Amino acid sequence: MSQSPTTSPTQDYDPSAPLLEVKDLQVEFRTKAGVAQAINGMNFTLNAGETLAILGESGSGKSVTAQTIMGILDMPPGHIAGGEIRYRGQDLLSMKPERRRKLRGVSISMIFQDALSSLNPVLPVGWQIGEMFRVHHRMNRKQARQKAIELMKRVGIPAAEQRVGNYPHQFSGGMRQRIMIAMAIALDPDVLIADEPTTALDVTVQAQVMRLLKELQVENNMGLILITHDLGVVADVADKIAVMYAGRVMEHTDVFSIYSTPAHPYTKGLLESLPRIDAEGDRLSTVPGLPPTLTDMPPGCPFNPRCPYATDLCRTDRPELLPVADGHTSACHYREELYAGTITAREEVQS
Amino acid sequence: MTGYIIRRLLQFIPVVIAATLIVYAMVFLMPGDPIRALAGDRPMSPQVQEALREQYNLNDPFLVQYAKYMWGVFTQADFGTTFQGRPVLDMIQQGLPITLTLAAVAFCFQAVIGIIAGILAAVFRDSFIDRLIQVSLVIVVALPTLAIAFLLQLTFGLNLGWFPIAGNREGMVSYILPGIVLAAVSTGIVARMLRSELIEALQSDYVRTATAKGMKRSRVVTRHALRNSLIPVVTFLGADLATMMGGAIVVESVFNLPGLGGQVFRSIQAQENTVVVGIVTLFVLFYVVINLLVDLLYAVLDPRIRYD
Repeated sequence: MSQSPTTSPTQDYDPSAPLLEVKDLQVEFRTKAGVAQAINGMNFTLNAGETLAILGESGSGKSVTAQTIMGILDMPPGHIAGGEIRYRGQDLLSMKPERRRKLRGVSISMIFQDALSSLNPVLPVGWQIGEMFRVHHRMNRKQARQKAIELMKRVGIPAAEQRVGNYPHQFSGGMRQRIMIAMAIALDPDVLIADEPTTALDVTVQAQVMRLLKELQVENNMGLILITHDLGVVADVADKIAVMYAGRVMEHTDVFSIYSTPAHPYTKGLLESLPRIDAEGDRLSTVPGLPPTLTDMPPGCPFNPRCPYATDLCRTDRPELLPVADGHTSACHYREELYAGTITAREEVQS
Repeated sequence: MTGYIIRRLLQFIPVVIAATLIVYAMVFLMPGDPIRALAGDRPMSPQVQEALREQYNLNDPFLVQYAKYMWGVFTQADFGTTFQGRPVLDMIQQGLPITLTLAAVAFCFQAVIGIIAGILAAVFRDSFIDRLIQVSLVIVVALPTLAIAFLLQLTFGLNLGWFPIAGNREGMVSYILPGIVLAAVSTGIVARMLRSELIEALQSDYVRTATAKGMKRSRVVTRHALRNSLIPVVTFLGADLATMMGGAIVVESVFNLPGLGGQVFRSIQAQENTVVVGIVTLFVLFYVVINLLVDLLYAVLDPRIRYD
């Protein structure tokens, strides 16, 4: 389906440009405690129909990335220190605010983690979904309500006609997240950003919601950015993965290579910490230590204090994100050795 | 819902009995003899005094007096008569429109000014506008009502001559200054309450969602954030309408308005006990009814609240 010509100036877009391109994005938080480098040189491209998973632990900058792309980052304290975000070749960061607002929810849309707090508690869900049509497509109340019912049916909410006037608290967690999804896909966006869409849900419901997202993506040929800390979720749906650590991309490759030939010690550590049914022994492996404070980054590689392979070089020189194979990049001095599996841990790291 | 309303209405009975009993007791315990006060300096024969005491049930024990009075109020809307023989109901009918007008003017002031100030302070948080609003509100809340009243009378009444300062002979204009005085403190409370509620709402996840949906900032503030922040403010405004009756006693006296509040004030001085009890009983009824309406309104505004 196409967007209404009055609300989306698609004619200005470069058809040869990738759907979404993030180049050397730098975001910092200027607080009283100092400047925190939340994102430090983020790069990726996303094409139509593709799923990029951004993986990382809390504070690694993955949610900040999503909010910066959406343009909903709180500024201040947030501050975009550099880089570009191009949607169909157009730089979102230098775009006029009013023009950018018209892209939000229409061309680039987002699903949040906690649907209960992300939905307005005092407005009926049908109203909240219908608002997309009323504001962006200038539909009347009745038409918008009809569209809301259709969308609620599409995302699998039973008895949509009866429930369109209900409030968010009257739905279960899984149903609420479906309502969020209905709202986000209402206007057939090109890019959908899902920020930990299943973290607040039961495991069985998680699988249903992920399946729904995948279905909708295929149906509308959307570019999907899936932000998660769950490697299990990633394996099922992602095409490409960017592993983030302390505001940097540590490794970026397709989903098969990340599991078969990880080329960064952090990725390797994460994979080893997954519980395996065929594993020997009884203790689950972990990545020792904690991520660095963003206001006080260690010199050299940010991962070096926790890295079992770290050498003096790692403590002084920060490795760039460089290729190890076709479409596979890693920010580690020993990426080649890790990729080839010819390196062993040098010392026991104290946590 | 109906069950809840019936339960609440039943709860009125003990509340009204207790409140009126306390008022009646306080008036009953006031020093001095109302019959002597009525006579003033003129001599009054013991027979006449006795007849008057009998007529106003003053010889009965306290509880019997109270019961007789309340029976009259609730069965025949008979609020008693003054010592001059004028029915108190007549005084209420004369004073009530004036007090209600005053309350309405004050309510409009605190709702409109309070809400606008609160929105501006929250939207332009930490700016000059916010600071200015905050400082003015602190001053208004901190100043005693009487001081505000005299200040306004002096500046806008006497020096500038814009508004009348006493009586209500000039129609609605007469209610502006007393309305502002009656609303002053609550306006400050409304604005500060809304400011903090709105600031919190503007930082909430659902406001972030509304922004991500591509809504204009003005729509995000009014339709999404304000709709939530107004819930406590509206309930406060409702409850405050009831307490205004008490504030009217002072304001009507200062501005010499012949409303119910002024009548209560004068009747206390003149020991016209029936008038005091009659009007205060009316205030109590007004208070409990408004409070019920506010609770019901709360459930309408916030769908998460259900009374079952």
